[in-house]
Amino acid sequence: MNRIILIKYGELTTKKGNRKLFINTLYKNINLKLKNLNVTITSDLSRMYIEYESSEEELILKKIKEVFGIHKFLIAYKTNSNMDNIKNTIKEVMDNTISSGRNYTFKVETKRSDKRFPMDSMEINYELGEFILKNFKNLQVDVHNPEIIVHVEIRIDYSYVYLNEYDGLGGYPVGTLGQASLMLSGGIDSPVAGYLAIKRGIKLNLVYFEAIPHTSLEARNKVIELAKKLAIYGGEMRLIVVPFTKLQEEIYKNVLENYPITIMRRMMYRIMEKLSLKYKSLAIVNGESIGQVASQTLTSMNAINSVTSIPVIRPVACFDKLEIIDIAKKIDTYDISILPYEDCCTVFVPRHPIINPSIEKCIEMEQKFDYETLIDEIMNNLLVIKIDENYEINKYEDVL
Amino acid sequence: MVYLDYSATTPLNKEVLESFNKVCIEYPGNANSLHKLGRDTYHLMEAATKQVADLLKVDSKEVIFTSGASESNNLAIIGTALKYKNRGNHILTTKLEHSSVLETVNHLEKNGFEVEYIKLLKNGKIDLNDLKNKIKETTILVSINHVNSEIGIIQDVNEIGSILKEYPKIVFHVDGTQAVGKIKVNLDNIDLYSFSSHKIYGIKGVGCLIKKRHIELMPIIHGGKSQTIYRSGTPSVPLYVSLAKALKLALGDFDNKYNHVLELNKYLKKNLETMKLVHINSNEECVPHILNLSIRGIKPETMMHALAEYDIYISTKTACANDDSLSLAVYEVTMDKELAKNSIRISLSSLTTYEEIDYFLKIFKEKINELSIELGE
Repeated sequence: MNRIILIKYGELTTKKGNRKLFINTLYKNINLKLKNLNVTITSDLSRMYIEYESSEEELILKKIKEVFGIHKFLIAYKTNSNMDNIKNTIKEVMDNTISSGRNYTFKVETKRSDKRFPMDSMEINYELGEFILKNFKNLQVDVHNPEIIVHVEIRIDYSYVYLNEYDGLGGYPVGTLGQASLMLSGGIDSPVAGYLAIKRGIKLNLVYFEAIPHTSLEARNKVIELAKKLAIYGGEMRLIVVPFTKLQEEIYKNVLENYPITIMRRMMYRIMEKLSLKYKSLAIVNGESIGQVASQTLTSMNAINSVTSIPVIRPVACFDKLEIIDIAKKIDTYDISILPYEDCCTVFVPRHPIINPSIEKCIEMEQKFDYETLIDEIMNNLLVIKIDENYEINKYEDVL
Repeated sequence: MVYLDYSATTPLNKEVLESFNKVCIEYPGNANSLHKLGRDTYHLMEAATKQVADLLKVDSKEVIFTSGASESNNLAIIGTALKYKNRGNHILTTKLEHSSVLETVNHLEKNGFEVEYIKLLKNGKIDLNDLKNKIKETTILVSINHVNSEIGIIQDVNEIGSILKEYPKIVFHVDGTQAVGKIKVNLDNIDLYSFSSHKIYGIKGVGCLIKKRHIELMPIIHGGKSQTIYRSGTPSVPLYVSLAKALKLALGDFDNKYNHVLELNKYLKKNLETMKLVHINSNEECVPHILNLSIRGIKPETMMHALAEYDIYISTKTACANDDSLSLAVYEVTMDKELAKNSIRISLSSLTTYEEIDYFLKIFKEKINELSIELGE
């Protein structure tokens, strides 16, 4: 049987002016996602069609569920536009789908885009309904709340028959809403924040602050594993590894006991701003969640955020930890995030980090050391790794 | 110091040494041991092998680590001869080969194999018609230098390989010691390929033989499976890693490095051509890294020692050529015995600077004047 995957765009169809960009980007993203598979993808203003090898169906469906910008999708059965063929197709589809052990309710819904077809939609619905009732004794009509909707679309060259639709991931096609930089640590929150930003069509650069030897290569590899999970949804991304050791050590030498985290975050934001300019990001995205730790109180956020004028987007700001964990589990980052390697936010944590820092005090302490030179040095020593979902970590990078 | 003898050996890249040191200390296990310490070393060896394979676009199973290019050449030639002697005993090579090929085929010749030398064209390239004419029913091996070490002639091994593809019984070995890191290497049409680490800023004492899957070899060092079944001995994983690292560094930023050497070569040649008594032996078919020349009437050893007093190092013939009187390679391309007797080799690197070249040219010119007066020229 000739099957085809039919993709419905959903929310993006409301964006009239940018529609072409959205559809083209979605087309490109789906193409990339299925690049090693034997598929032919075509699109029109309302839908995309994927022809494929039936042996690869399962894999393709799995991958379709990883693409943002898809509202609904379904498997349609293609047949010639005459009633006998349509009936035979319906019988085959139903045979494949329903079990004989229970009763179902159903209705037939016909769209007739070929108005030359000799019957109108109502007549077709009626005739096909009758055909189904005759052939399947365990089916009953329910036009208001059916379990099964038998969709029939009649076109000039051929017709489609399909049953229920599947939900796509929704959101916008990645790349349609510009680029931003995600502060990615090894924790639970930042990958989730990244996922949510990707969902809104943002292409991400990933930024990881590293403080070797206080943090290990294992910690970096953990972040790479997280980046690979994000790349499932966000496509190939840059992972920018920021050598943060010297600056972090200077902070701890020069800053009062309860301020280092605040100052460290301010330094990170300054570096994020420079990275945003360098890699053309329009916003900073991070996993801050209000009240979760000392540096995430609103006072702290004020003190920290004041060093940059670039928008800072905090997708999980108002989520409870458990809500964040739910998403982390869904996108498969949770098990990686809970691996026990230190990252640069967790080494050197003061016993009583300040929850109400003052900006004046921050500025005063920052004048004690030449952080600008250190930041320039950092910017000259970035390590950039291109990561896609199949990226393989070179465990022996230090020697090979 | 002005070192202009990079084709003899190259200075070690510090990153390579760091890798070597690190592996020596951190991977003490024997890769053949079955406990965790051994397996850790084994996995690192696998990764190093894969890196070499990926860089040369071959399969991991096709990489055999050896002690250097001489061993690779010996293993390739003797291993093929012994493995396929039931097919025939005829071996083809050229007069431009390194001594580790020439001496090895001589050794086989004394033991019942027949060796013939393929004619060269005037520019030093292999005469492909002569190659085809010399192939016979009993031919089992063709061994050819990718880049000649004395003058730097590049052979079109890809084309030769495609000719030899029509003779499935012939194994095609290429000695790539002077090619890897200098020119782009494509092993698609080659069965066996030798190279060494110390010519690409790696450590002396490790090399590699690429052996395609469809070829079998008789080992020359016996003792059971090691890194491969073709060469026994406890795998020297620190050396293998150092080679993989050196190869990666050598092939990185390739075009910039090549173009720098090309410009240096042009500059050097332009200046040498104006000097009296100097005849340049390297031609358009040569890698820019090697510039061979002869000074009529002046013994190359005298010049070499004279320059060494100024901390400038060049070479006479090659460090490994053991014929005392005459450079076979220079003779083959010049057909001039005097030039062949008096050749010196200057070899360049991407590390070479214009200041070094200028200093060399200045001293070299002075020395030609002094020595030619002494000789009454």
